[in-house]
Amino acid sequence: MTEARDIDILHYCRSQTARHLMLMVRSPSEVVNPLLFFLLVILLFPLGLGPDPEQLSVLAPGILWVVALLSNLMICMRLFVDDLEDGSLEQLAMARVPLSVAVLPQLLASWLASGLLLSLVSPIFGLMLGLPLDVAPVLVASLLMGTAIMLLLGAVGAALTVGVQRGGILLALLILPLYVPILIAGTRALNEALQGGDPTVALALLGAGVTGGLLLAPLAIAAGVRVSLEL
Amino acid sequence: MWRIIHQFGSPPWVYRFCDKVIPWLMPITIGALLVGSVWGLLFAPTDYKQGDSYRIIYIHVPAAVVALAGYYVMALAGLVSLVWRVKLADTAMRAAAPIGAAYTAIALITGAIWGKPTWGAWWVWDARITSMLILFFLYVGVIALFEAYENKTVAARACAILSLVGTVNIPIIYKSVDWWYSLHQPASIKFTGSSAIDASMLYPLLGMIITFYALFALLMMLNLKQSLTEEYAQSAWLNKRLAA
Repeated sequence: MTEARDIDILHYCRSQTARHLMLMVRSPSEVVNPLLFFLLVILLFPLGLGPDPEQLSVLAPGILWVVALLSNLMICMRLFVDDLEDGSLEQLAMARVPLSVAVLPQLLASWLASGLLLSLVSPIFGLMLGLPLDVAPVLVASLLMGTAIMLLLGAVGAALTVGVQRGGILLALLILPLYVPILIAGTRALNEALQGGDPTVALALLGAGVTGGLLLAPLAIAAGVRVSLEL
Repeated sequence: MWRIIHQFGSPPWVYRFCDKVIPWLMPITIGALLVGSVWGLLFAPTDYKQGDSYRIIYIHVPAAVVALAGYYVMALAGLVSLVWRVKLADTAMRAAAPIGAAYTAIALITGAIWGKPTWGAWWVWDARITSMLILFFLYVGVIALFEAYENKTVAARACAILSLVGTVNIPIIYKSVDWWYSLHQPASIKFTGSSAIDASMLYPLLGMIITFYALFALLMMLNLKQSLTEEYAQSAWLNKRLAA
């Protein structure tokens, strides 16, 4: 029996994040598919609404945000599934690192591969929908924070539904109502920027959401994982 | 004091309690519903602007008020079940969810009916209506999550977590939707200061709100009793009670 010693949590988080990022590099389709989905759905809107750039640019904030929300939902559906199947989720729950901390590296890795990537390429999609380039910083900033909150909230739902048969649709039902404030704040920031107003209020609210989410969501995620593992 | 709290965690005691309370709560609630409806629908004065169409307020507002309170009842039961692992709290949470969903649906439907003559449309994307719709989905989510699990003890814990997450979010959703767009009139009843509604209309409304609370309690007890009968079908205390 080894002697009990403190675990270096930072070291743990670094190595776990690296592990999850490595897993994503090994199966790039998990990273690329949500982005392709984003592009495809955005393509559907001009086809459905007509190619008029004026009209599209009015609708663009809503379109971009709703599609970002949906692609985030796709990522959340996969979040704990593999780890539950191969048993590493159970190991995680047994580890001496508190579970609420232990789930964070995976979320960070997922966000780097989805939210961050999506936010950085979003100005291109914005241009396709006729958004002027000078609102790009607001678009990127709002999506950076918005995708982080959505991932944190979605992870709570994912943790609760990972053990359930056909949990995907259920996850959407549980989580989409909770996304409402994020959608409102995000589109508000963009619309303010488009109309020459001040987007900082909406952006600050999103920032507050990230902070609050980082504080509270890990507790709920950990509780949800324990429920799913029936511990 | 502690004894009472402990008693509320005991299924046989709660079963007996429900049995004792229901026989007098049921007639009072039904009576109050009748009196309140007749008072509100026939005797309260007609509104000078909206005419008689405003009378749906006597159903709409109480349902909406109690629908929101019902969520907190559910979340509180969830908290008790998570923290103290009181099994009865699970049952209470499960009993509250469908009733709350039904109240929310009533508030939405009566709102649509009221909206047609006053705003000229069945549905408008107004802040409060939208947040009621979201509340409805939160209720449905809890029910759906409960149904999805095979193991009902686990299901109850999952629902408890979900309803607590929802509780943190409800004020945020309300504020954000309010910020988004508002057409609905602001709340007319204030407990401090004077209300924007006349006493002759206010009293039947307050009466109906209390009645709807009583109805919620009654339905919840009936629901609880039924769940307990299912859960403890093999228990000696229940069989003895049913035989008596």
